Amino acid sequence: MNELPQQLVNGLLLGSMYGLVAIGYTMVYGIVQLINFAHGEIFMTGAFGALTVYAYILPDGTSMWVALPLMLIGAIVVAVTVAVGAERFAYRPLRTAPRLAPLITAIGLSLALQQAVWAWYPEAKSARTFPTIPGGPFTIGNVTIQTGDIFLVVAAPLSMAFLAYFVMRTRTGRGMQATAQDPDTAKLMGVNTDRIIVIAFALGAAFAAVGGVAYGLKYGQIDFKMGFLLGLKAFTAAVLGGIGNIYGAMLGGLVLGVAEALSTAYIADIPGMDKFGSQSWADVWAFILLILVLLFRPQGLLGERVADRA
Amino acid sequence: MRQRSLIAITAALAAGALTLTACGSRDSGGDKGSDSGKGGGTTVTIGIDAPLTGDLSALGLGIKNSVDLAVNTANKQNLVKGVTFKMVAKDDQAQPSSGQQNASAFVSDSSVLGVVGPLNSSVAQSMQKVFDDAKLVEVSPANTNPALTQGTDWQKTKSRPYKSYFRTATTDAIQGPFAAQYVFNKAKKTKVFVIDDKKTYGAGLAATFTSEFTKLGGKVVGTEHINPDTKDFSAVATKVKNSGAEVVYYGGEYPQAGPLSKQIKAAGANIPLIGGDGVYDPTYIKLAGSSATGDLATSVGAPVETLASAKEFVANYKAGGYKEDYAAYGGYSYDSAWAIIEAVKKVVDDNGGKLPSDARAKVTAAVQNVSFDGVTGKVSFDEYGDATNKQLTVYSVTGGAWKAVESGTYAGG
Repeated sequence: MNELPQQLVNGLLLGSMYGLVAIGYTMVYGIVQLINFAHGEIFMTGAFGALTVYAYILPDGTSMWVALPLMLIGAIVVAVTVAVGAERFAYRPLRTAPRLAPLITAIGLSLALQQAVWAWYPEAKSARTFPTIPGGPFTIGNVTIQTGDIFLVVAAPLSMAFLAYFVMRTRTGRGMQATAQDPDTAKLMGVNTDRIIVIAFALGAAFAAVGGVAYGLKYGQIDFKMGFLLGLKAFTAAVLGGIGNIYGAMLGGLVLGVAEALSTAYIADIPGMDKFGSQSWADVWAFILLILVLLFRPQGLLGERVADRA
Repeated sequence: MRQRSLIAITAALAAGALTLTACGSRDSGGDKGSDSGKGGGTTVTIGIDAPLTGDLSALGLGIKNSVDLAVNTANKQNLVKGVTFKMVAKDDQAQPSSGQQNASAFVSDSSVLGVVGPLNSSVAQSMQKVFDDAKLVEVSPANTNPALTQGTDWQKTKSRPYKSYFRTATTDAIQGPFAAQYVFNKAKKTKVFVIDDKKTYGAGLAATFTSEFTKLGGKVVGTEHINPDTKDFSAVATKVKNSGAEVVYYGGEYPQAGPLSKQIKAAGANIPLIGGDGVYDPTYIKLAGSSATGDLATSVGAPVETLASAKEFVANYKAGGYKEDYAAYGGYSYDSAWAIIEAVKKVVDDNGGKLPSDARAKVTAAVQNVSFDGVTGKVSFDEYGDATNKQLTVYSVTGGAWKAVESGTYAGG
């Protein structure tokens, strides 16, 4: 069982990435009750934004310590632009429409963004390599952490702390809470709900962009399809944690990631289960976990704290 | 209200997943119609089905370009009098459903007398019957699953399921054991961790490797199946590290093999990964990074660059100004197309310089008997439609490129 600490770390790292993307799903749902299915693609465009900065703007051979903050800014600028644009042109016109309409729009937008990157980004028809952080892996006890993962180790808690501060302590954050609770009353109290909604989209996109950069650094490659499966997982994480709850999104992500890692590592050791334990079954176990949580705790692990309208 | 919203979420999730999956298999080949019988000459179309976009496009575009070169060469030499060859390429995106749609489209175009492709064995499975019903010949430069030519029971009784299917690549029944013999006898590794992607090609390769490796006395210290859609193999990499394996055998293709190799090394297991021809591509090295040095792959045939017959192909390919590399199957693709061209020539010659009305059936029959010196050596087919040339090569990643280590023919099990 000396494998356990490493597998937990594997799961937590994967889960942090799910969590970063899940925040965007959860915030937008908490405020406008919309499941933004294009959010996975916002994550993807963020990663391509970072690559653009590295490959086409910075001179060759720029040190990663200089490049990384700039790549992060590039990722956030691209992702936020896409998300705010989507909100303005795809979702806002449909805000009073039946809920199915923006959902279908979201799916359409998801495809459109994928195809746009596929068609127009240079050499994006197959995977593109992403720069990596130099330096060897770090070993603590018998746990190894890759340099590419260090970014995630630092960025995920920092992002969460920032978000907690923003939502709990700032005026805008409290405006978000108010809008989530009751948009009409919030409006009467002088909250600019349109602005709040745009901020929710932008903030979610910024986190997705951080996740996108983390993905690139972790796996050393990005592609136009990367947002689909990851977006689906992040959505699952959001539902698992209690959609609408931002801490729930992070927790759901971590639980999902750990479940995947542990199911790959240990299910096969259970007698009679050796056929269901490989990595190709990890997704199945993740979704079984989701179903179980929803059966016994339909509001998700932490329930809805931000949104209480559904 | 809450329950209703949950139902909506679930429905949306399902709808989203279905929509996106379905859209992944859209047919993007836009060519249609035929020009046969125009003026004095006849146009014969050679179809190409390969993944021209997506993860495996490096291999697919190599196939397309090489067939294009064969067609241009035949036209330039005026090889078949009165016949102009034309190629039409369709993208299967490595999806069986797209492959089948493309196959139907080729069948309905009467100028198509032969198809080169596909790349993936799983795609070939979905196409074989469509072509066979139309008696349209299909020559794959890359499929290696034994069942395609020898039937699903090939380990016990061989029987050829479709008479219209041929391939210039050799099979996994040979490739897997060839790798096993190299790993056990030459590289002296006795403990292996076997991973596959559960697809027709990958699982077949892993199985033939495993059976030969254990027969030789090697030990399989662990097995895993991965999901080709994900990029996170960290859990698998940790298992490999803790298994004490000396080598990893991977049955699958380079889009997964590259990240897998990288993550295994990153987890601290400094052991080589060996795969089949689906791994043997420059993109693998790009994806696996610098730690890929020492990784191995077997591929069908001798290295194209070393064969005298291939020098001309390489030179012509360069002169053709193709943007992409001819990749792992370039030589085989050229030979596949050439086999069809030779067959058309024979049929036309036998019919007094004109195409007969049942040209497709005649061409299929003629492919069975072709024999010529191709890019990859002597090209001819046995009673199952398999290449008679059973040469294989082990390549290793050295200095950021694939270098041939050993070439030979597989000596029985």
